Amino acid sequence: MVVQAQSRRQQARVVEAGDVADGIRRIVLELEHPEHAAPGTHLDIELSTRDGRITRSYSVVRSDSGGRLLTLSVRLSPTSRGGSKAMHALAVGDELTVTGPLQNFPLAVGAGRYVLVAGGIGVTALVAMATALRRRGADYELVLVGRSRRYMAYVDELRGEHGDRVRLHVDDEGTPLSVPDLVRDVAAGPSDTELYMCGPIGLMDAIRASWSEHALPESNLRFETFGSSGRFDAEEFRVRLPQFEREVAVAPDASILDALDAAGIDTLSDCRKGECGLCLAKVVEVDGTIDHRDVFLSETQKQRCASLCLCVSRAVAADGDHATVTLQLP
Amino acid sequence: MTLTPQPTAAAPTAAAEPAAAAPTTAAAKIFNHPRNAWYVAAWDHEVTGKQPLARTVAGVPLALWRNAEGRAVALADACWHRLAPLSKGKILGNELQCPYHGLRYNATGRCTAMPAQETINPSAIVPSYPVVERYRYVWVWVGDPDLADPMTLPDMHQMDDPSWAGDGETIHADCNYQLVLDNLMDLTHEEFVHSSSIGQDELSEAEFDVTHEGDTVTVTRWMREIDAPPFWLKNMRDKFPGFEGKVDRWQIITFQAPGTICIDVGVAKAGTGAPEGDRSQGVNGFVMNTITPETDRSCHYFWAFMRNYCLDSQTITTQLRQAVHGVFGEDEDMLRAQQSAIDANPEHEFYSLNIDAGGMWVRRILERMLAAEGRPSAVPAAGRDA
Repeated sequence: MVVQAQSRRQQARVVEAGDVADGIRRIVLELEHPEHAAPGTHLDIELSTRDGRITRSYSVVRSDSGGRLLTLSVRLSPTSRGGSKAMHALAVGDELTVTGPLQNFPLAVGAGRYVLVAGGIGVTALVAMATALRRRGADYELVLVGRSRRYMAYVDELRGEHGDRVRLHVDDEGTPLSVPDLVRDVAAGPSDTELYMCGPIGLMDAIRASWSEHALPESNLRFETFGSSGRFDAEEFRVRLPQFEREVAVAPDASILDALDAAGIDTLSDCRKGECGLCLAKVVEVDGTIDHRDVFLSETQKQRCASLCLCVSRAVAADGDHATVTLQLP
Repeated sequence: MTLTPQPTAAAPTAAAEPAAAAPTTAAAKIFNHPRNAWYVAAWDHEVTGKQPLARTVAGVPLALWRNAEGRAVALADACWHRLAPLSKGKILGNELQCPYHGLRYNATGRCTAMPAQETINPSAIVPSYPVVERYRYVWVWVGDPDLADPMTLPDMHQMDDPSWAGDGETIHADCNYQLVLDNLMDLTHEEFVHSSSIGQDELSEAEFDVTHEGDTVTVTRWMREIDAPPFWLKNMRDKFPGFEGKVDRWQIITFQAPGTICIDVGVAKAGTGAPEGDRSQGVNGFVMNTITPETDRSCHYFWAFMRNYCLDSQTITTQLRQAVHGVFGEDEDMLRAQQSAIDANPEHEFYSLNIDAGGMWVRRILERMLAAEGRPSAVPAAGRDA
């Protein structure tokens, strides 16, 4: 399965804009270069704010006319740094620069059962998935979670479309979601049940914790991560290579791999996002702290810190100075 | 002869109004196949939890297997890692293990185990295709999974309806799938290809009607007051021991896109009202055919012969299967020879006869489906050696 990482930038025009719940606006864009948006896709949109131009990602709620019309829904964030405010200010006829549909939350085919959990505005990522599952005749359940019905978009439409497959949990109606119950039900069902979740980090962390407690397969818990970030902000550090009698500096916006390439040192790499482990190097000594940032090494291996991924791993200084990592390359 | 072409029903396609398929005059010799469609990949018993089955459906190589829950699964037959065929691997409960380096995949195609590392690369996934089990078959959709609606499966209810009995086989036909559809949409060929069993002169003498609606085409032919050919005389005597005399014979061929053709066939004692709807003095069978393109020049031809009389006789089930096996063997030889001649004569075109109306409406429907996918109906001509 190909996960799209890039798509061409293009112009989009706002053809509809209106409120669908308290503080939630539904925006329909007409794209210059239509392309069907599969369930789970999002658009990256360039917006002008007080702080200059920023890029924000929004899930595609609906794709109509072969992707010519894409529906998004945006919640006005009280802590907005300008993204949702700019989106809420859009009016019919406004023009925007957007990407085509980007996919990093694909809906798999063939699970025995699907549970979709939407917390608040997270519903936007799951509406199209639910429709696709209904059409496929799959066994699925759509769990809608919110603080109050006033802030929940699409509840009536989803109940109309999916009937009994919708489960509603609303805090101020005394029907909050019990995560342990939810995950216990999954554990009691078919062993190949997949759970897709999108919502506040607290809800997702609770589900993740409960998932591990039941020892459910990690690969069956699906969520979207808009780019992985480290435990620490990126800063400059140094890499020492005794085998070549070299020392290189790694700038905050470059990787060790970039720095080694620039220094003419031969390396191997493939995915360049910390997944495959091909660029693994041995750690000989660390002055500072390693911020691994990869998903290839297990937590135990990261703690042992005998190796790192040249493509994503970084180091931060313990004090004000630069950190230094001594590596042994293959 | 009565031909009853009806106004073309609007194509019920959800896609973004591609220009309507321009009606073609010359028929494409190597016909493309739609991808957004359900095709039979296997009989239900062929897909097991013991060993995966390798089968190519509409150009897509698949590894078919059944997980511990008993569900049939269709994964792309190539490991994510180095593309080794998963169909040569092992089924371990709910997972299929690659025969080369032991990567394991679940029913969704997600990798669940990798060798010599403590984690699993989250990008490691092979395509899993929508599967539906119905009518004793495993159906697969190799196109856009979001369009895979099980409601669009063709109706083959005689296959698992308790008022019908029978079974069938699979032919691996060495020809483009459209040649099989042509063969089944016009049964005039029975007179020449199957003269010892079901062929008779009246076939080419009788009139036939062609109608089409939506994604179906129907060809109806009645032959009245005729002698029953050997196959049908035997069937009449199974139900009516000692039967003698003339019969009214029918063939009602119904095509359902993209590759299913169910043929309502039978004979009844002449003049007892069968053409008007009273078939009580006759025997009725359904020849259930569903054709799955494999490559441009080969297809899987699944067939069964179902009957609605003497339901409890395995003798009759076996005799009918063997009889149809013999008849279809004659078709198989003809189709292979036809495909060879097509490939050996690349400069020559197809021309049509009046008897081709059914097959030509089938092509029109398939052209429409292909146009909705933005694909041409003719596979580009291959060289003489193809």
